[in-house]
Parts: sequence; structure tokens; C-alpha cells
Amino acid sequence: MLNIKKLHKSYPIGDSSLHVLKGIDLSVENGEMVAIMGSSGSGKSTLLNIIGMLDEADEGEYILDGVPIKNLTEKKAAIYRNKFLGFIFQSFNLINYKNALDNVALPLYYQGIKRQERQEKALFHLEKVGLKAWAHHLPNELSGGQKQRVAIARALAANPKLLLADEPTGALDTKTSYEIMDFIQHLNDEGKTILIVTHEEDIAHMCKRIVRLKDGVIMEDEKVEQVRASQYV
Amino acid sequence: MIKFLFERDTWQEVWDSLTKNKLRSMLTMVGVWWGILLLIGLLGSAKGLENSFNRLFGSFATNSVFVWGQSTSKPFKGFQEGKQVRLTLSDAKLVEENVEGIEFVVPRNQNQSLVVRDFLSGTYSINGDFPLLDKVQKKKMMYGRFINQNDIDEKKKVAVISEDIYKQLFEKDEEMIGQYIKINGMNFTVIGMFENGNVNMGPTSDIHIPFTTFQQIYNQGNQIGWMMLTGKPEYDITQIEADAKLILRNLNNIHPEDTRAFGSFNLGKEFKKVTGFLVGMQFLTWFVGIATLIAGVFAIGNILLITVKERTKEIGVRRALGATPFEIKRQIVVEAVFITLLAGFFGIITGGWILIGIDSAFGQGDEAVLVNASVSIAVVFIALIILIVLGTLIGLIPAFKATSIKPIDALREE
Repeated sequence: MLNIKKLHKSYPIGDSSLHVLKGIDLSVENGEMVAIMGSSGSGKSTLLNIIGMLDEADEGEYILDGVPIKNLTEKKAAIYRNKFLGFIFQSFNLINYKNALDNVALPLYYQGIKRQERQEKALFHLEKVGLKAWAHHLPNELSGGQKQRVAIARALAANPKLLLADEPTGALDTKTSYEIMDFIQHLNDEGKTILIVTHEEDIAHMCKRIVRLKDGVIMEDEKVEQVRASQYV
Repeated sequence: MIKFLFERDTWQEVWDSLTKNKLRSMLTMVGVWWGILLLIGLLGSAKGLENSFNRLFGSFATNSVFVWGQSTSKPFKGFQEGKQVRLTLSDAKLVEENVEGIEFVVPRNQNQSLVVRDFLSGTYSINGDFPLLDKVQKKKMMYGRFINQNDIDEKKKVAVISEDIYKQLFEKDEEMIGQYIKINGMNFTVIGMFENGNVNMGPTSDIHIPFTTFQQIYNQGNQIGWMMLTGKPEYDITQIEADAKLILRNLNNIHPEDTRAFGSFNLGKEFKKVTGFLVGMQFLTWFVGIATLIAGVFAIGNILLITVKERTKEIGVRRALGATPFEIKRQIVVEAVFITLLAGFFGIITGGWILIGIDSAFGQGDEAVLVNASVSIAVVFIALIILIVLGTLIGLIPAFKATSIKPIDALREE
């Protein structure tokens, strides 16, 4: 599914540069649910951004679903993001003047799908996250948990191969966090490959595998016994 | 690309971003609205002025020059300097036959005379004229007729008077046709009355009598006071003036370089100054209008730049969701063009209202300063095309700004 070899990335800071990723090797199989952990500055977000094609590596190899991701133009990156990836952000990043349904339909719009079909698909995904009744509400009329569920529906709408979640529970209270994790676990049960960046141990243990980063290298990569979030809900 | 313009979503997006901040959108449009309003209002007024000029000069052959004799300033062929030059009918005839591009030559005579009717009298200019005068200096007859060939042939004692003379010599509402007035002690029958024009080019015209009658009563022989030359429209009146003077010098034994022997007034040249002024005014109008438009469009670009800055994160999200840079740019350019056109549309409508207002305030009646102040459809189209071009160009600035930030940085923006 995902194959990364000897990935390097550094950012220029003034005259010098900051070496953030120092040779990452990572491969993720279909259907895995991986938590990427590490303290701030460990490079976990940078890694996720490179996987998400929002950023490009300086060195190394990145193959996603058999497609080598290299020397992307902005246009190509946009098409790949749309086709392969679903993003879930810490701050939800919903467009606040569009209602829940239109937000979910947005990736489909960029796929060039007709309005009617788009609305139907978006409604289907909203129903899946249990927010069909809220379809015509604006984001500011929704609670944090509901917003994140809309964001998840949006990430799912384009039927991506890989879900990337950057601290999906970072802005939520514990109870809502577990609800969201329960939901993400169900998606994984249905076969979606999911990558979650988090710094919370309990959230990480709800995944099937934990990759720990420190100072730009992988310190530890272990399979763990998945804790089901449903028992806390 | 064309299909994109007809999709509901495109316009939904434009509508969303316009209505998100209604006050700002409206203020944004003020600049372009004002620019178009100025353009339409000024161009319409300039057109109105041009129309009123045309109406004033309409009855007058503007491509014409008056030539009269003065006194020589150089001795020539045995003649002393200071010789009085008087033009004659044969001069007029030869000029007409020999100068290229001449349409009409109208010889004229004028004298000041006492005119008496019953107990009313006054001294007025009496003109001896041919019927041809009516061709180059159209008389608006209110009653009766102008001098005709029969009057000339029979040297009739008939007079055509102006409205002003009528007012001075006749009682109000009195019948004037067939009445007698005494000119130079002789009775003349009034055969017509003409309206005093708005603009009098050349000498004042009070009373016209047949040329031949004039010759007889004032003992003029073949001498004429001056001649009026009109050129065919495609000929340059300045050249005609020069040619005519050259012939006249030859005929009258005048030194070729004697510039003072003939006086002249070139109406064509004067008229060109006026029309040149109108052209200048139209140019100025376009300049001011378009400069204001550009300023207005820049205001739109400026606001869009701010909007794009505010929407940096949203644009980042859209790009993470798969919007290509082209799709983002396209949307912003369409927004820019749409706002510009919308503002321009309102500007054209209000500009039209202003022209209607101007027309009802200044455009009524015969003495109107501005006649039919209006702009043509072509001008409106040109204005719209300018708006589309400017809107597109200015929209490109925020569009490129929007996609110049990497999506990753855009997403980090708080």
C-alpha cells in the first residue's frame, strides 16, 4: 500500500537548515491502522504531510499504491490527493459558509462529479456518520464531535485508499475523542487503511500498530493489541 | 472552460463569497460603478454638445471662406501701394470656373441704410443677394419666401426681412407679407420673413434684397462687397482659399506676395477648431472615464487580495481535497470579472438615468445646450469589453497570490 525508503527532509531556518526527517523507512499494508507518535518536533507531522503530498521529501523513495510519488507538479499532486487520500485535521477545517452536505460534497466537486450525484453520495456518507439530519446545518451550528464526523464523512466521500488523520482528537474532550476513535476503528474494520498522528497514548493504543518517532528517526515500530474504543463509549 | 461558466456550482461559489461580506462587496463595486457612470455621463454629454453644435451649424455650409478686397501693401506693375481693391462679379465668375473643388461662389453686397415704415425707422444692413445664398446659408423662412431668380432678372423691389427687423418695424401680430418698407427712400414689398439663427456667421443679416436691385439703387456697377466660397466636402477649404486668392491677385494686378490686399475669414478653419475641441473633449472623457475605471478595478483587485488572504486556510483545505491550482485561480478570476461586470452594469444603468435627467433638464427646446445627450450601443459594448479585460487582468493578481502559498503552509495558517 505504502512504501517509504530512506526519506529525508530538512527545512531552511535562516542560514542553516533543520534536518527534520533523517532517513525514515516505513511500509504500511492494506487494512492497517497505524499510529505515528512522537513529541513535538519529532517530525511526525512532516512525515504525514509528505505522505499526504502536501509537502515533498528532499531525498528518498515514496511509493503509494504502486505509484512512485516524485517530482509532482501542483496539478498532479492535487489529482493524486483527490484520488488516493482523505484528510482529517485536528481543527476540522470545514468551510464555514457551506453547510455540512456541501462540505462533504467538496472533494466530489473537484472530481468533476455532477451536482445531483454529488449530493446523493455526500448524503450517503453523512448518514454513515449519523448526521443525515444535520445535512443543511452550517458548521458553527454543530458541536466539535459533529464537526469532526462531518470532516470524516468528507474524507470518505471521494472513497480514498488511505485516510490520513492529523491529531483527529486533539481538539475534542475525552468522551468525544473515544466516539470518534470508535468510528475510525469501524472504518478500519471495513478495510480502510488509516494513518493517525497523535501524541496521546490511549489514542495510539486504539490502533493496531504504533510507530514512534524521535528526532527524525523511527525509534520503535511495534504491533499492539488494539483497544476497542467502544468499551469507553 | 466555457462549460465551467455555465455550471451552477461556479456561480454558487461566486454568490457565496460575495454575500459572505455584503457591505464590503458593495463598497468594492463603488469604484467601477463610478467609473462607468462618469464614462457614460460624460460621453453622453459630449455627444449632446456635439449634437447641439451640429444643429446650430446645420443650416450653414461650414466648409466655406469669405473673401473681400482691401488695399494693397506693395506696389506692382506700375500701381502704387495702397490701391483700393474691389472685387467684381467677373472675379467671382472666374474664381468659380478656375479653382478646383469649389462648390458655390456667392457674390454679396452690403450697405447700411435708413429703413422707414410709417412712423418707425432704423438703420440696418441691407444685403444684395442671389437666391444661391439660401443654399449655403439656409434661411429658416417663417413667412413667405426668399429671393428668387425672377426677382433678380426683373430687378424687383422686394425685401426679405429678419424676425428682428419685423419686431422693430411692425406691430405685434401684424401681417407683413405684401407690406411696404422704405429703403433708401424707395418702397420695397416685403416678401418673406426668416428666423434669426442661433449663430450668425459673417456679417449681420437684417434685410435681403435682390442683387441686381442692390446694384441699381446703390450704383454698384459690377462691384461686389465680398464673396463667399464653399468647397466640396472632400476638398480642403484652406487650399481653396489660397487658390482663389492667387487667381484674384492675377486678375487685379496685385503683387503675388501681397498678403494684405484681400481680407478673408475662413469659416472652415474656425469650424475645425470647434470640432477639434469636441474631439478633444471626447478624448478627455474617454481618458478620465477609463482612468477612473482602472482605479476602480484596482480597488476590486485590492479587496480580492484581502479576501484571498482571509481565505488562505480555506484555499489550503480545498487544495488538500484535490482542487488544482488552475481551479482555484479560475474561480477567483471569475469572481473578479463578475464583480467588475456587475458594478459596470449598475454604472451603465445609473449613467443612463443621469443622461435622461440631463436631457430633461438641459435638452428641451430649440435653445438646448445639449441635444439628445446619449451614448451609442457600441460605446456600451466597448465599455463592457474593457471591463471584462480589466477584470480578468486584475483578477489574475489575487489568483496567483492564492496559489503561490503551498497548501501545507496555507493549512497551518490560523
